[in-house]
Amino acid sequence: MKWRYIGKRLVAAVPVIFGLTVIVFFIMALIPGDPATAILGSYATPENVATLNTQLGLDKPLWQQYFTWLMNLLQGDFGRSYSLNRPVIDEVIERFSATLVLAGTALVICSIMGLLAGIFSAVYQYGAVDKGLTLIVLIGISTPSFWLGLLLILLFGVELRWLPVSGMYEIYGGGGLSDLLRHLILPAATLALVATGVIARLTRGSMLEVLRQDYIRTARAKGVSERSVILKHAFKAALVSVIPVIGIQAGFVLGGAVYVETVFQWPGIGRMLVTAIATRDILLVQGGVLVVAASYVLFNLIADVLQNLIDPRIAS
Amino acid sequence: MEEKMMKLVNHARKHIFLQISMIGLLLLAGIAGAATPPNVLVVGQIAEPKSLDPHAVTAVNDFRILMNIYDGLVQYKSGTLQVQPALAESWEISDDGLVYTFALRSGVKFHDGSDFNAEAVKFNFDRMLDESHPYHNTGPFPLSFFFSAIKEVKAVDTLTVQFTLDAPFAPFLSNLAYPTGLIVSPDAVMKHGNDFGRNPVGSGPFKFAKWESNSHVIVERNEGYWGGAPALEAVVFRPITDANTRVAEMLSGGIDMMVEVPPDNLQEMAKDPSFQIHEQAGPHLWFLILNAKEGPFKDKRVRQAINYAINKEAIVDNILQGTAIVAAGPTPPAFAWAYNNDLTPYSYDPEKAKALIKEAGFENAELTFYVTEGGSGMLDPVAMGTSIQADLAKVGLKVKIETYEWNTFLGKVNPGLEGKADMAEMAWMTNDPDTLPFLALRTAAWPDKGGFNSGYYSNPEVDDLLEKARTSTDQAERAELYKKMQTIVYDDAPWAFIANWKQNAVTSSNVKNFKLEPSFLLLLKGVSK
Repeated sequence: MKWRYIGKRLVAAVPVIFGLTVIVFFIMALIPGDPATAILGSYATPENVATLNTQLGLDKPLWQQYFTWLMNLLQGDFGRSYSLNRPVIDEVIERFSATLVLAGTALVICSIMGLLAGIFSAVYQYGAVDKGLTLIVLIGISTPSFWLGLLLILLFGVELRWLPVSGMYEIYGGGGLSDLLRHLILPAATLALVATGVIARLTRGSMLEVLRQDYIRTARAKGVSERSVILKHAFKAALVSVIPVIGIQAGFVLGGAVYVETVFQWPGIGRMLVTAIATRDILLVQGGVLVVAASYVLFNLIADVLQNLIDPRIAS
Repeated sequence: MEEKMMKLVNHARKHIFLQISMIGLLLLAGIAGAATPPNVLVVGQIAEPKSLDPHAVTAVNDFRILMNIYDGLVQYKSGTLQVQPALAESWEISDDGLVYTFALRSGVKFHDGSDFNAEAVKFNFDRMLDESHPYHNTGPFPLSFFFSAIKEVKAVDTLTVQFTLDAPFAPFLSNLAYPTGLIVSPDAVMKHGNDFGRNPVGSGPFKFAKWESNSHVIVERNEGYWGGAPALEAVVFRPITDANTRVAEMLSGGIDMMVEVPPDNLQEMAKDPSFQIHEQAGPHLWFLILNAKEGPFKDKRVRQAINYAINKEAIVDNILQGTAIVAAGPTPPAFAWAYNNDLTPYSYDPEKAKALIKEAGFENAELTFYVTEGGSGMLDPVAMGTSIQADLAKVGLKVKIETYEWNTFLGKVNPGLEGKADMAEMAWMTNDPDTLPFLALRTAAWPDKGGFNSGYYSNPEVDDLLEKARTSTDQAERAELYKKMQTIVYDDAPWAFIANWKQNAVTSSNVKNFKLEPSFLLLLKGVSK
């Protein structure tokens, strides 16, 4: 039953993703300016542009370009990026893995911190802890991540010199796990902040609602320990409504990665897409969007399945 | 209840403390190092290079790496834009200006061990220009039109190469000194084909070692360099696209050198003894294209009025904070030999502007002004555009700004302003005094004829001077022609001449012997650390 559900959802995702590639392709084509202009810059005479577009195969009708792209894709060929002069698939895989490391870490951080903050706030509703946490959470939600990133860089990178300012690995003598972690701390924390706030608010609300239920009172009345009441009885029930939001946050974290990757020079796919759009590198944009969209669909599917597992009502 | 809560809190606290201390340990483990290795120069670049094939790229950012891996037949003499020998030891130009014969340096080897000779030179230019060449498909070569005057390249003997041109073309030598004229190893092109741009082989002071995508490019000392091995063991080029992050890396010691420092940071860093500031005016011009075909700017007096109305000192001092100088005419002063020293910038004189506008009968005219958000050499285009708008309001002109992203902007401006706008921002960096006026001021360079004269300026005398200057091979004669052209263009005012940018760079104080070049190229052979 469950596998059939997952299979169905995956099949349903296929037209969504392809619809998206059609939209992205034609939006890219509609933006004024073309790759040849981007490459030639000031030297983009109409004549030079026409010559270069022919060399790049961009003089064909749009539908034909899209069709060629699709046919090649079905044979596993994502094409070649003309702004980077290398196969799109190599670039996308390399960059997407970097984003996964960053976004994955951020997602773990924001889930743990958000849930903890939410539980504490709910348990101490209107107390000092709740108020303090609510304030921090509000600041977190309202802080633009690129600005926070710069502040963190100034403090930990420039003033204290505890952590590297940018990049993923040291150029010399880097490459190990501890090197990666050092580079990961600041961008991951920056990226996690907003999502932490959202999850914390939601967990708090959800917990408050559950804590007022009769069965919680019953549990307390029969002498179950408070820790058990909160973690086992209340938290598990509250989690049901929080998990799909974590799934959605996964998407936001991927989206927010664009800013954070730029500030911290993280070699991820968000930064790649921004550059690719600026240089009108349509094949690279297509490849990147395809992978990001697919992963977004996948994250939401995972969240659904998890919810399914936890909540017996949905499961039945 | 209260007690249980406390227990819960304590329990959670313990875990949190455990986590925090683990993170702390991790941090401590990593605190060593941040400084760059000795004798290795780390350069903060503004973008990831597109390719390291000099014939396939167009960006100054990429040229900064390429100039250190490759040599050209000729090069710019340090501190000038005049050419001197490099891979060619000497050359002769036929009297009709059509045949250039180069005597090549002997004993030069590419980094892959293959010989540099006349055949190699022929291979380089044939690959770019001859569509039937077996390696022409390793392109496209977007700037190959720099050499479109070449009819034939002939290897006369091993060390003599002869270029025959279609027509006399004076900028030929300085185009050879431009990065598009750098010489690549034919063997390496044959070996790597399309991937040559990621496996570059030249004959320059540094040889390519490693390119880690979106992280760094490393080049290492070429011990057998014909001009003597460089002092540095290696150079690392790191792409750091965000200017703030680039500054933070410089402040934290993560890089030894950065280029294109934002004006604000330059002021700050100038006060800090641990940094050295480098500035160098280059062949750059920031100007407004005025639509001379229709509307108010059809009248020369209104075009001159614009030049009087704009407070250029204020733009250069306040917006650009001294990172540029006020431009006097169409030719940047960096082309010292061709620059007309008699020209002084249009003074800031709103009263005179008002009088000229009144005389022409265009009081309270409305103008459409194309402004870009940013782009190569455009400096601070939005702030500059807004400031110009305010200046023009003071002389009674109502300016409507339309702002576009760079590629969109070029797509609107390059086909010509007719029917769309009265004025547009623009900036050019060139390598020869011929390039900009020839491509953007002649009648034969109107957009419909494939040029960049988007404001439809036309003066037969200027056309004539530019044609003559291009075909003369006598530099003194060329200089005279260019100076005359500048005087006429200054008076005709087809553009509003605003600023010449000073390129800047910051290095840490332990970097020695570094100098910026007027060519805007980064030469690191003599640098030590």
